[in-house]
Amino acid sequence: MTEVSFTGLDHAALARRTRRWGWLQYAGYRQAAEKPFFWTAFVTALGNPVLYLVAMGLGLGSIVDADVEGVRYLWFVAPGLLVATVVSTGAQFGTWPIFAGFKWQRFYYSAHAAPIEPWQLPLGEGVAISVRLLVQAALFWLVAWAFGAWPSASSLWIVPIAMLAAMAMFAPLMAYAATLEEEGLQFTFVQRLVVMPMFLFAGTLFPLASMPIYLQWIGWLSPMWHGTQLARVASYGLAVPGWLLAVHIVFLVACVVGGLWVAAHTFTRRLVR
Amino acid sequence: MQRVPVIEARELTKTFGDFTAVDAISFEVAPGESFGLLGPNGAGKSTTMRMIGGTSLRTSGSLRVLGLDPEEHGPEVRASLGVVPQQDALDEELRARDNLIVYGRYFGLPLSYLGPKADELLEFAQLTEKANAKVGALSGGMKRRLTIARGLVNEPRILLLDEPTTGLDPQARHILWDRLFRLKEQGVTLVLTTHFMDEAEQLCDRLVVIDKGRIVAEGSPQELIRQYATREVVEVRFGSARNAEMEGVLRSITERIEVLPDRILLYDDAGESLLDEINRRGLNPLTSLVRRSSLEDVFLRLTGRSLID
Repeated sequence: MTEVSFTGLDHAALARRTRRWGWLQYAGYRQAAEKPFFWTAFVTALGNPVLYLVAMGLGLGSIVDADVEGVRYLWFVAPGLLVATVVSTGAQFGTWPIFAGFKWQRFYYSAHAAPIEPWQLPLGEGVAISVRLLVQAALFWLVAWAFGAWPSASSLWIVPIAMLAAMAMFAPLMAYAATLEEEGLQFTFVQRLVVMPMFLFAGTLFPLASMPIYLQWIGWLSPMWHGTQLARVASYGLAVPGWLLAVHIVFLVACVVGGLWVAAHTFTRRLVR
Repeated sequence: MQRVPVIEARELTKTFGDFTAVDAISFEVAPGESFGLLGPNGAGKSTTMRMIGGTSLRTSGSLRVLGLDPEEHGPEVRASLGVVPQQDALDEELRARDNLIVYGRYFGLPLSYLGPKADELLEFAQLTEKANAKVGALSGGMKRRLTIARGLVNEPRILLLDEPTTGLDPQARHILWDRLFRLKEQGVTLVLTTHFMDEAEQLCDRLVVIDKGRIVAEGSPQELIRQYATREVVEVRFGSARNAEMEGVLRSITERIEVLPDRILLYDDAGESLLDEINRRGLNPLTSLVRRSSLEDVFLRLTGRSLID
């Protein structure tokens, strides 16, 4: 056979569907395109929590005699480690892979040459990444459960909380990455001067309140801290006033929605010239 | 029956700041036609292609693709277009067949359609044996054919090809031309940019020559050659030092001469007898060649510059 068959595909119907569901079609593409990396991602997602929990929970925990915030150190540290790990993954996804989609592999241009609209791309990225983050958080939760890190079944809430916090990191970074034309040191700066301080001041290994008050604001700006606090509420019932609980949730949701909204604009500016 | 054009551009203009990339060009493409935009790098060909797909916004003028304005109806227009970009942009980590299937997801096509379609397109692109090979392991020509196969996944009515054979060796180019010719025979409208004259001659029913954003000539390859060149061309080389000094002598033999840094082109309908005359006068060129004239000669005549500068 040397001919291509033309079956009379309904292009108008494809366009109609894409106008509505293009973001989901793109997410489907993204998931399928990640297939070759599945096992690497899976092993990393299982290996990370084992390493962290052994090092921090058992290693560091063994020299922390006293309870922290009224609970065993392992109970205290596990929600923070889970959130920190998943948020770090979100930060990674928001930098080089986005840049690559414009610069190296150019899959955003390919998608836009198809019927998909530019604003649908960051939304589709978000959906595809959310699924991966959710799976990663669930695997971490399972491993930590084997370590006896969860005092209650409500700790399962940590899985969606971690995903939300990771998306709060991912979405604004994606919006920024879409503006970069050349590879420079920007991502290194982002990693060292934004992500790293957010981790150090996120109250992962010790309560943020034990820091001097003039340094605590760094944590307040960190999706990781807000996520960690929510995760501790879910796991061992950390006492947090209602208004603060609302602040944590609103902060994270605002980062996700704001990040996606700005990304829709930066993607459009980049792709439509 | 009058055939409604599938692409209709009127005074199409695109500026980037002070730079005018496309300068008030007008053209039409009929259904089933193979239409070429020919010009050197930076002439405005790719920008024109992007405006057709609605991925670049025009500064002024009007443009209809399949009766629609691509800026307003981007998804509708692009659902009917197949795009083969200058850079392949394939997923290097995925297998050849999977590349076609995941690309089909952009269009929201179901797997039940994409599976058989991918096999058919691989066969068309002569890549069936490479179906399970990773793209990173394919040759340049194979990647190009895969990119064309990918552009056909949505059964497009118009296939846009931006520099389809740039960077390919002669054999790979001929295989590709053959595939594109078959598509043309099936009635697919082809719109291609190229800076290769032989490619335009091989593939295009009609073409516009673009230089610095403007159309400088339009017609079929044969018409353009007839109008702007002669049937044959004699190329002679006297060595870079003597080329210029021979110009005067040669002008007394034939009317149309182009002096290039490395050679002199003499345009004449009877190349062999012109060369005989040169030899009879004892001018003794270092090398000489009589060939059919091509679109390259047309471009040189129109712009005074060689195409591949």
